[in-house]
Amino acid sequence: MFLTFLTFLPLIGAMGLALIPKEKEETIKQVAVAVAAADFLLSLQLYAGFDMTTHLMQFEYNIAWIPAFGTNYHVGIDGISLLLYIMTTFLTLICIIASWNVKKRIKEYMIAMLALSTGMLGVFIALDMFLFYVFWEFQLVPMYLLIGIWGGPRRIYAAIKFFLYTAVGSLLMLVAIIWMYFEVQQQTGILTTDLMYITENLNIGLDAQKWLFLAFFLAFAIKVPMFPFHTWLPDAHVEAPTAGSVILAGVLLKMGTYGFLRFNLPLFPFASNVFMDYIAWMAIIGIVYGALVAMVQEDLKKLVAYSSVSHLGFVMLGIFAFNHYGLQGALLQNINHGISTSALFLLVGMIYDRRHTRLIKEFGGLAKILPIYTICFMIITLSSIGLPGTNGFVGEFLVLLGIFQANGTMAMVATSGVIFAACYMLWMFQRVMFLKLDNPENEKLEDMNSRELLTMVPLIILVFWIGFYPKPFMKTFEPTVAHLMTRVSPDNFRPKKHDDSNEHHAAAVDKHEKGSSHSEKPKAENHH
Amino acid sequence: MEHIPAPAIDFISLAPALILSVFGMLVLLMDLFAGKNKNLLVFASLVGLVLAGVSAFAPKALPVVSFGGSYVVDHLSVFFTLIFVFSSALTILLSIEYNPRNGIRAGEYYALILFCTVGMILLASATDLIMIFLGIEVVSICLYVLAGIKRGDVKSNEAALKYFLLGAFATGFLVYGMTLLYGATGTTKLAGIAEVIHSGQTNSDTLLLLGTVLLIIGFGFKVASVPFHMWAPDVYEGAPSPVTAFMAVGPKAAALVAFYRVFATAIPEIGTTWDTLLMVVAVATMVIGNFGAIVQTNIKRLLAYSSISHVGYLLIAIIARNSLGGSAIAYYMMAYAFMIFGTFGIVILLGEKNSENLEIKNYAGLGVKQPAIALCMTVFMLSLGGMPPFAGFIAKFYIFGAAIKEGYVVLVVIAVLNSVVSLYYYLKIVVLMYMKDSERELELSMGPITLAVVAIAVFGTIEMGLFPDPILQLTQ
Repeated sequence: MFLTFLTFLPLIGAMGLALIPKEKEETIKQVAVAVAAADFLLSLQLYAGFDMTTHLMQFEYNIAWIPAFGTNYHVGIDGISLLLYIMTTFLTLICIIASWNVKKRIKEYMIAMLALSTGMLGVFIALDMFLFYVFWEFQLVPMYLLIGIWGGPRRIYAAIKFFLYTAVGSLLMLVAIIWMYFEVQQQTGILTTDLMYITENLNIGLDAQKWLFLAFFLAFAIKVPMFPFHTWLPDAHVEAPTAGSVILAGVLLKMGTYGFLRFNLPLFPFASNVFMDYIAWMAIIGIVYGALVAMVQEDLKKLVAYSSVSHLGFVMLGIFAFNHYGLQGALLQNINHGISTSALFLLVGMIYDRRHTRLIKEFGGLAKILPIYTICFMIITLSSIGLPGTNGFVGEFLVLLGIFQANGTMAMVATSGVIFAACYMLWMFQRVMFLKLDNPENEKLEDMNSRELLTMVPLIILVFWIGFYPKPFMKTFEPTVAHLMTRVSPDNFRPKKHDDSNEHHAAAVDKHEKGSSHSEKPKAENHH
Repeated sequence: MEHIPAPAIDFISLAPALILSVFGMLVLLMDLFAGKNKNLLVFASLVGLVLAGVSAFAPKALPVVSFGGSYVVDHLSVFFTLIFVFSSALTILLSIEYNPRNGIRAGEYYALILFCTVGMILLASATDLIMIFLGIEVVSICLYVLAGIKRGDVKSNEAALKYFLLGAFATGFLVYGMTLLYGATGTTKLAGIAEVIHSGQTNSDTLLLLGTVLLIIGFGFKVASVPFHMWAPDVYEGAPSPVTAFMAVGPKAAALVAFYRVFATAIPEIGTTWDTLLMVVAVATMVIGNFGAIVQTNIKRLLAYSSISHVGYLLIAIIARNSLGGSAIAYYMMAYAFMIFGTFGIVILLGEKNSENLEIKNYAGLGVKQPAIALCMTVFMLSLGGMPPFAGFIAKFYIFGAAIKEGYVVLVVIAVLNSVVSLYYYLKIVVLMYMKDSERELELSMGPITLAVVAIAVFGTIEMGLFPDPILQLTQ
């Protein structure tokens, strides 16, 4: 129930906001901040009460929702989702503070922001595929409105593109969900969309696994976004208002990687292994391509957007390394990217508020005028590059370690992405902050005010915290990673003998399915 | 000498149709004395509809068979009776403010709606080709008149004429198909036809096939599926808005349920011969409906094309030919009723004194001026596009489920891709309302009754999306 309360609190707040007359802008902003702050502080309770020794779902709540379909309202949280959940409430709060200067239709803006928060939180806790799909689609609408109403000049194009791209992927996922729904009914006689039940009890042949995997893959790959499905992202980022970009980069993209960990890997372990190499290479192409394209951008926001493509490539690579280090790195890099890129978007937003341009060539020499801003920017830039001592280093290092174990060639190519990242970030930093201050318009800029500092300082603290002492974060997902490994480890699927005919593969799958479900039961009993 | 036994008739199960017939005639009579004030007629019609709706629950044990197996009241027909009664009531409510404003003064308007409802109820319960024909004719003839009831309006006249001519043709095809089916099997009862086919004693398979094809053409006209959809945009545009909403829901649902009964209960066994044909029709209907809607600039024409595309999805449920398909059609049409009446309610609200204000670009800026109405419209548009957590999503889930259960995965994939296309034009309206500034001042005619209809529709759309279980149970 607590989880449900946390998830729907923002939506209730949004409904409350709807009742306040739109002239009372200050009240509206205060209420919105209060709701977001309450939600964030309460969500910390989840961390406090979280049992870090088990991979099982916690704070579970399961009641019948649509008995006619066998659909339940089933929510819960585990190591994969805990940090993402808290990060969502955290970034929502930051975004609402960062949006203090929004002039246009502030009431609708805050309502959309809070409704969006509920949608995103729901995605991370839903353990019923039907419920997941509902949240997954629901959060599209407020984000679409945020881009479309409060965005830049090409906002309508960007908003529709964002919406339709995501819809294509997710509707195919819906087909896959329905297919599994009837398949599990045929196999076990139970009509259910419960993810936990289906993960454990559904046996899917290799061919079907491949198709289902691809359907889910498309939905999540578009969301991540993986090369070549990324084209909506630069448009959406460039046109979205600052807070929209922060949420987009910080949370929405994570839904894609989360989907892989929650659905693709546990449900289709065999197909995951079959496609492992292809997806890893796609991720690597994304890393290098995103970095190279970021290098030539003239618009700051576009540069950060393409750097997102590159960074998310690392996360995907970590996941599809299929070993312990890779998964750890991917999960941590998920959080890191949420912190660093969100901070970058906030910083770009601050300078845009002052100058109404984001073109790199308009700036130069800002370090002399804006010392505090420059320091913050420097820290975040280094974190994004992955300098030791910052959060980015820990995550990228683990991912590269993981992929090195899996495939040396891949590791070599992927590492070049780190070097490129240093190139485009530092070059951008140099052009904006150093050089000569030759644009007179930049001379009268004001440095960060206290409200802006308030949004930036927590992020900077997190950068160093994770950089120096990542343990409190990493230990949340240790057992889950270990459990996921038992399911998807390539060792399960390598033929034991020299023969690698299909029958042997299938046998390996069967054996594995049985083995894992057996080994799970005693654990579950111990827990209760 | 042997007596011909009188067929057993269960009057309780016939009550909805009987009540509405009586009230229809009553309304006609009252019109003679009512003068210019039509409120009494409205009241009487609504009472009749409510009584009919309540009496639909009267039969104790379902199914009840009457007229020697030509008329069956089962769960499906009860549910459809509710859809019909409900949509007719909403039509009448929408007309209260619309009709005087647009110069529709004919009192028979209300009687025609009631008679049309009788026809629809007959169709939903008909299990005999003759009874189906009877129902279709009752419905169609009422609709021909209703489409043209705005006598002074050229477009309304055009709509009626077009509808009548094409409808008459379609009925011809339908009857011809029925006779061929009769010729092939020697019976007009749906169950009888299924039996003959099952036992393999058909007189001629060629006749059977030809009859099936002609039936697809005939029903295709009635539900406006491609390539027999050409009348729909013109008729939808020309007919008065409440009648358009009515046509998009009630009669369409009635034709679909008859379509379903014939194809899924009488000739499912030769399904492999007709499902390819129907699949082509369904895909074409979805594609042409959706792409046709994209380029429309008139809201009623857009809704006409969107309605065509929805028929495409519904045909998938017929192709699935399982009991899930029937329930899915029932749920879909109930959800569709809420969405369509809500949308048309808003279309009517935006109408001005002498013009209906149907250009889509006039919706610009509605989000600022009328946030509540814009929000309702957004809900309807998203629901029509099949977005959760609204009724349209559950309805689509149901239909796709019925088809995937029978293995029509590719068809469903095509359907979901079409859903994406449809989202484009539904979102276009949302874009206009929220993201563009209005070019001209709008004077909304805020009728309280029309507003109430919109409110009911919004409630229904959200309720059927969030807590669909009670209505799902009714359909099963």
